[in-house]
Formats: sequence, C-alpha cells, structure tokens
Amino acid sequence: MKNRLLSTMATLMFATVSLVIIGCSSGDDSSIGDTGDAASRAYVAPGKYDEFYNFVSGGFSGQLAVYGLPSGRLFRVIPVFSVDPEKAWGYSEETKPMLMTSHGFVPWDDFHHPELSMTDGVPDGKWIFGNANNTPRVARIDLAEFRTKEILEIPNSSGNHSSPFTTENSEYVVAGTRFSIPIPNEDVPIADREKFRGALSFIKVDKTTGHMELAFQLLVPGFDYDLAHAGKGPSHDWMFFSCYNSEKAASMQEINASQNDKDFIAAVNWKKCEEYVAQGRAKEMAATYAHNIFDDATQTARHTMKTSVKVLDASELSDIIYYMPTPKSPHGCDIDPSGEFIVGGGKLATVIPVMSYSKMIKAIEAKKFDKMIDNIPVLNYKECLAGEVQKPGLGPLHTEFDGNGYAYTSMFVSSEIVKWSLKDFSVVDRVPTYYSIGHLMIPGGDSKKPYGKYVVAYNKITKDRYLPTGPELTQSAQLFDISGDKMKLILDFPTIGEPHYAQAVPATLIKDKSKKIYPLAENKHPYMVKSEKETRVERKGNEVHVYGSAIRSHFKPDNIEGVRVGDKVFFHVTNLEQDWDVPHGFSIIGNNNSELLIMPGETLTVTWEPKRAGIHPFYCSDFCSALHQEMTGYVRVSPAGSNVPLSWNK
Amino acid sequence: MNRFSRLLAILGALLPLSLFVLPMWRIDLLAPQYPPPGLGIRIHIDRVEGAAQNDLENINNLNHYIGMKRIEPDSIPELDIMPWVVGILSALGVVVGLLGRRRLLMVWIGLMAIAGGIGLYDFYQWEYDYGHNLDPHAIIKIEGMDYQPPLIGTKVLLNFTATSLPDTGFYVMSLGVVLVAVSVGMSRSRKVSS
Repeated sequence: MKNRLLSTMATLMFATVSLVIIGCSSGDDSSIGDTGDAASRAYVAPGKYDEFYNFVSGGFSGQLAVYGLPSGRLFRVIPVFSVDPEKAWGYSEETKPMLMTSHGFVPWDDFHHPELSMTDGVPDGKWIFGNANNTPRVARIDLAEFRTKEILEIPNSSGNHSSPFTTENSEYVVAGTRFSIPIPNEDVPIADREKFRGALSFIKVDKTTGHMELAFQLLVPGFDYDLAHAGKGPSHDWMFFSCYNSEKAASMQEINASQNDKDFIAAVNWKKCEEYVAQGRAKEMAATYAHNIFDDATQTARHTMKTSVKVLDASELSDIIYYMPTPKSPHGCDIDPSGEFIVGGGKLATVIPVMSYSKMIKAIEAKKFDKMIDNIPVLNYKECLAGEVQKPGLGPLHTEFDGNGYAYTSMFVSSEIVKWSLKDFSVVDRVPTYYSIGHLMIPGGDSKKPYGKYVVAYNKITKDRYLPTGPELTQSAQLFDISGDKMKLILDFPTIGEPHYAQAVPATLIKDKSKKIYPLAENKHPYMVKSEKETRVERKGNEVHVYGSAIRSHFKPDNIEGVRVGDKVFFHVTNLEQDWDVPHGFSIIGNNNSELLIMPGETLTVTWEPKRAGIHPFYCSDFCSALHQEMTGYVRVSPAGSNVPLSWNK
Repeated sequence: MNRFSRLLAILGALLPLSLFVLPMWRIDLLAPQYPPPGLGIRIHIDRVEGAAQNDLENINNLNHYIGMKRIEPDSIPELDIMPWVVGILSALGVVVGLLGRRRLLMVWIGLMAIAGGIGLYDFYQWEYDYGHNLDPHAIIKIEGMDYQPPLIGTKVLLNFTATSLPDTGFYVMSLGVVLVAVSVGMSRSRKVSS
C-alpha cells in the first residue's frame, strides 16, 4: 500500500516536471538578463586565453574533456578508460597494458568524477584523478602532458562510484563501492544479502611521483556507497561517504531501497584507520587486481597483477566509522570550505540537511548513539544537525561553495540551481537549468579556497535546447555568473559523452608547465631510433620489426620488401621532430588496428598482420607540413614461404 | 693621461671580453606557423646556437625544403679564430691603457674598427653562401629567388620574416670602444688646457 502511494507520488512529481519542461520554450531564459551583456561576459576573443581550465568527465564516453571557461571551448579529450583509435590509446603496444584488468583487456568504462590533486586543501595542478564506475578503477592523469599515467584496479569493489575524492594533501584517494558483493566474491543466491559487504578503499599517493598504492580497505555493511568528500581544516582526519539502500534491497531497488526515512553519511576517521594499519591490525587478504603504470623513460605502460590487500573489518574494530542518519537516499556528500558543514543531497528529501562536524564530534564523545549496525555506532540525526534548508526544490543532488558564505545545490527533479546561505540555511536565489542538472561545479568549489566567479550546471537532458540530431541528443553545460547577488546564465554549450562531476582551476596553475615535446635524448624506448641512420628492418621468426622514423616530410624506411603473409609486422615509429606541435601519423591499408599519432620525440608501435600478397601503401595521417601528401611508403607483401629477402629504402 | 682616463681606457678595453658570455649577433625568424618568439639563431664568438634549445635543429630541418646547407657550427673555422682575436685585442687595449699612450689607444680603436669590419664582411659572405649555394634538387625552387638573410634589418623569405640585428655582446663591446674614445678625448682636452 505504502509502495503504491510512493510510486503515485513519484509519478505525479515527474508529470509536473514534464509540464514545466513543455511549458518552457527555448530563448525564454529570464535569468539571462541582457543578452549582449551575457555574451560579453562569456566572450574570449580569438587568440586570447580562457581564465580557467575546466576538466569535465565524459561519463559513458570513458574519457576526460578539457574546456576553457568562460568560453566553453573544447581543447582536448584525454583518453582514460576507453580505447581511442585516433590517439592509438589501447591499440598501440605501448598503451595496451593500461587497459588491462583482472578481467583481461577492458576497452570501455564509465568515468564519473575527476578530482584534482591537492596541497593544503587547494588544487596544486599536478594531477587529476578519475574513477571507472563499471570495472572499478582509479586513474591518474598528468597535467603537464594531459595524459593518463596510471590506472589501479580496486578489488572487493563493484561499481566504483564514491571515488576518486582526495584528502587535503592527497594523502589518500578513496574508492567506495556502489554495489556491495560477497567479500571474497563467491557463488551465492542473490537474495542472500547478509553475505554482501561494502569496501571503502584508501589509495596512498606518492607526493613526488604520484604513484598509487592501495593502502587498505575498510569492510563495512553491504549498503550502496554513493559519493564522498574529505574533511578540511578541523575535520581533516575524516572522510565522509554517503550511502543509500540501507534496506539492503536486492531487487527493484527503485522502490525497495526507498523505504527507510533516513539512510546514512558514513564518517570514516582515516587517521585512525592509518594507525590501526600501522599497528598491524589489518588482515592481509588474497585479491587479484591490476596495477598499470606508464613509464616515462621507455614511453611504455607496464601491467602487473597484485595479489593481496590489507583489510580492516569495521565489525571487529571500533572508533573508525560512524553513521550519521541522513534523509532519503543521500547522493551528494559535500563539505564546506571551513570543514564544519557536511551537506547531504537526499535525492527524495524535501529538505537539504546540513550536518555539523563539531556537533558530530560531541555526539561521538558523549556516546549518544541511536543503535549499532554491525558494531558501527549510528549517531542521532538531531544531535549532528546544524540545520535544514527548507523548501529548496525537488531532488537535491550536489552542493558546491563560493567561499563567500553561500552554497549552491543542484536540483535534478525541479531542474534548477538553488543558492542558500551557510549562516541561516535560507534560500536566497534560484535559477532554472535546461534540463535536469546532475552535478554542478564552481572553480575550486569543493576545496578550502573556492575561486568562485562561476557555477557550471552539467545537465542530463537537452530536449529542445539545440538543433535536433535524431533521437540521440547531446548533454550540456551551462555557465552562470555568480559574481553578483543573483546567478546569471551567460552561456550554454554541448559536451562530450555524459558530463558528471567536473573540476576547474585558474589556467595559470597549469599552462606554463605544459610539456611541448619529448626530448629525444631522454627517450629510452627499446625500439627507438635516435636518427635516420639507425632506421632498419629486422626479422625474428615470423615477427618483422620496423625501426622507423618520421620527420617533415618523409618516413625512413619508406619502402620495405621481404614481408610475407603470416608475418606480424611491428612498426616502431619514432617522431624525430623536436619542434612544438609537429606530430606525425602512421597508418597502413587494411590494418585491423588503429593509426598512430606520434608526438615529437615519441616512439609508438602498431602491429599489422597482412593477409594478402601485393603492394600495401602507408602514409602520414596528420597534416604535418606542405609535403604531407608525399609522406608515404610501400610495403611489398609476398606469399607465405616466399624467399624475397628483407630490404628497405630501395 | 691622468689616472681616471687610464682607468676608463682599461675598462673600455676589457668590455669586449663580455663576448665570451653574451651573443654577438642574432637572427630571428617569424612565420604564421612560428608565432613570436619564433625561431632564432644566436651567434657567439665561439659558437652558433638556437635561441631556444632545439631552434637550430628545427631551422636546419626547415631549410631542407629550399635546399639550404645545414648550419653546422663545427664547420665554421671563424668560431675557433674569433675568441683569439677578441682576447688579444682586449689584452692589447689593457696594456696600452696601462702605458697611458693616447696615440696607441687611437690605433687600438682603429684596430677594433678593422676587426669589426672584417667580421661583418665575413658574416655577409657566410650569409651569401647559405642563401645562394642551394641544392639543385631542392624541394622548393623559385626562379631568381635567393634566401640570403639581411646583414642588418628585416627581409621576407617566403613564409618567414627574417630579422638580423646586433645582440647584447656587440653593444657591450661597442660601449667599450666608446669608453676608450672618451678616454682619448678627455686626455686631449686636458693637454690643450695645460
């Protein structure tokens, strides 16, 4: 009966939203104000630089998009978890190991949350981390090269959603599981939910190299861990994870996981966890997970399998985790710049609860617990509550902060951004978004010192907002100026994939250290050539290794004879250029593989297994120079068993 | 010559030694594909190098389109001779300054001017050679076109705008010569008044 009532309510709610959507035609944006003024505020003249880099997750594209703000211009799509034949990511011999997992080679994933590395609670511009939601992994992307340098798989996890949020000095990057599973995983009836557990993973990050290592996992009750954010300042030692499905529903979660009036934000004392690990109280548990690192010297990724993980069991240890009741299936879990307020975004809640860190500590010290769940104290909601934002709208998800005492919460169902005061938790402004905003982002808005100035809405639905492109439409970002009292929409632009979370930092933090070339003198690739004199072709059984070079505007060798059907040809191509922005491409006819796009000073390898005898041309696929069209060559392929000798450049 | 003008002459004669550190001449190349600072060559008395780390290599690589010879500093004998010329001239100037012989200082200024003139003529000859002595199989051949960079000033060479100018070392050396000239001038006026 109760279920039916709830679903009727939900239907009504969505019907209302649809009416609002239909009622709003494009160009009717009351929040824009004077359009000329809005245009000038988002305008970055040709040849001028944007003020901010905006890193936006590609969601189901698996990649990371880099835009400029306020212009919304797309600069680059960095391949992370999905193959990219354009850049040979996952196709070249050098990058294939990056996408290896305990399940073998996985060509795709779902990238939700980028998170910048931090020092003293503010982004330091060194790296940006990303989560793979489907096959649980965390990636580290270097911001001097805008390339993925490391991917670590997370064992005992299934759906790496509350990730990769970092502590104030990126001591740890976390990875909480969205789906609980038996740990270790085994063949049990799905209804046997009591066997399911959650794992909250803490990844240690080396300060200088950035190398990641899974330090420990905290085993917790089998709820669905959704999002996280680290404490700041006074709450530095704590990591907060939202979770839903405290009902532990296994089927029809939509209804069955929406029954409890409150789920939780789990407050984890990671300092204490660290102490327990140091005291040897963690158990070593067998686990199989991939660790892939790109080696800068050899320009080649190395894939290794790890075999064990340190585990802390929350049901056996005390003082490390507490549950704060939070209304209605909380999603966002966001900490204000002072580190005092913890904002829960209850997807189905009618208020936005704001929890107080200091009150939480008092409640813990006074041992004011409502009950225990598997040895974890459940605190009292009222004892931890700083206040509730009343009538904020429908479907609160995520909150960011402007550093001037205001919070901005995205409202999925009522499709708006709501600005509210951290002083008295009253709503001071609201603007519609087009449509159904998911995440939102203020530059530095989850850090200790937000840069403010803009808030960007990342919308799930665009319906009638752009020229139609058939049934499949783009998602969008919308830029609002928040420098005044009222939020003003000044730009909206389509995005790649589905944008979830995003980060932005002043361009000055990154632009001047951007790498221009890879110095040939530092290239230690085993198949590199330092000059054209070293180019050659070698046969090892049925493997043919071409030690090739590319420079404006020719390949060496540019013709090769003596290849046979049945051979596997490795084209190791070194771009001998040492000039900025002079990449060369390499592609050969009929290859069941990608092209290569080789940066100056880089060596990349693509394999080719010719199936037909005959002449096979190859060419440079990046318009490198005036004589790019002449940058070609031929491979003569002879029938299997032929004795045409290897020769080249003839 | 009094103590001050001698010191001035010695200082002036020492300043050309700055050429051991500072570049003497610069050629800068701008093109649509090479926005400022573009590509550059810096000519020192003992070496020729790129303004940025890979500039010389990149210029050589581009020059293959027009069939220009590679600029190989090792094949330029002047780079072995010039440090001696500068060193010896500077030493001579110091000795003359110590002696306080006004007339010899004037001779020294003359020697510097001759050395400078020869240097510029030699530089022109190299530029002429690079600009005219082109590979007959060059990729780009334009009837009547040569690629000789300007001696001083700016010239458009296909998509590149080449600018050739003295660099800091040249200016410091010239200041040295001026100081010696001032010293010479001062000692003359002293003589007249006494």
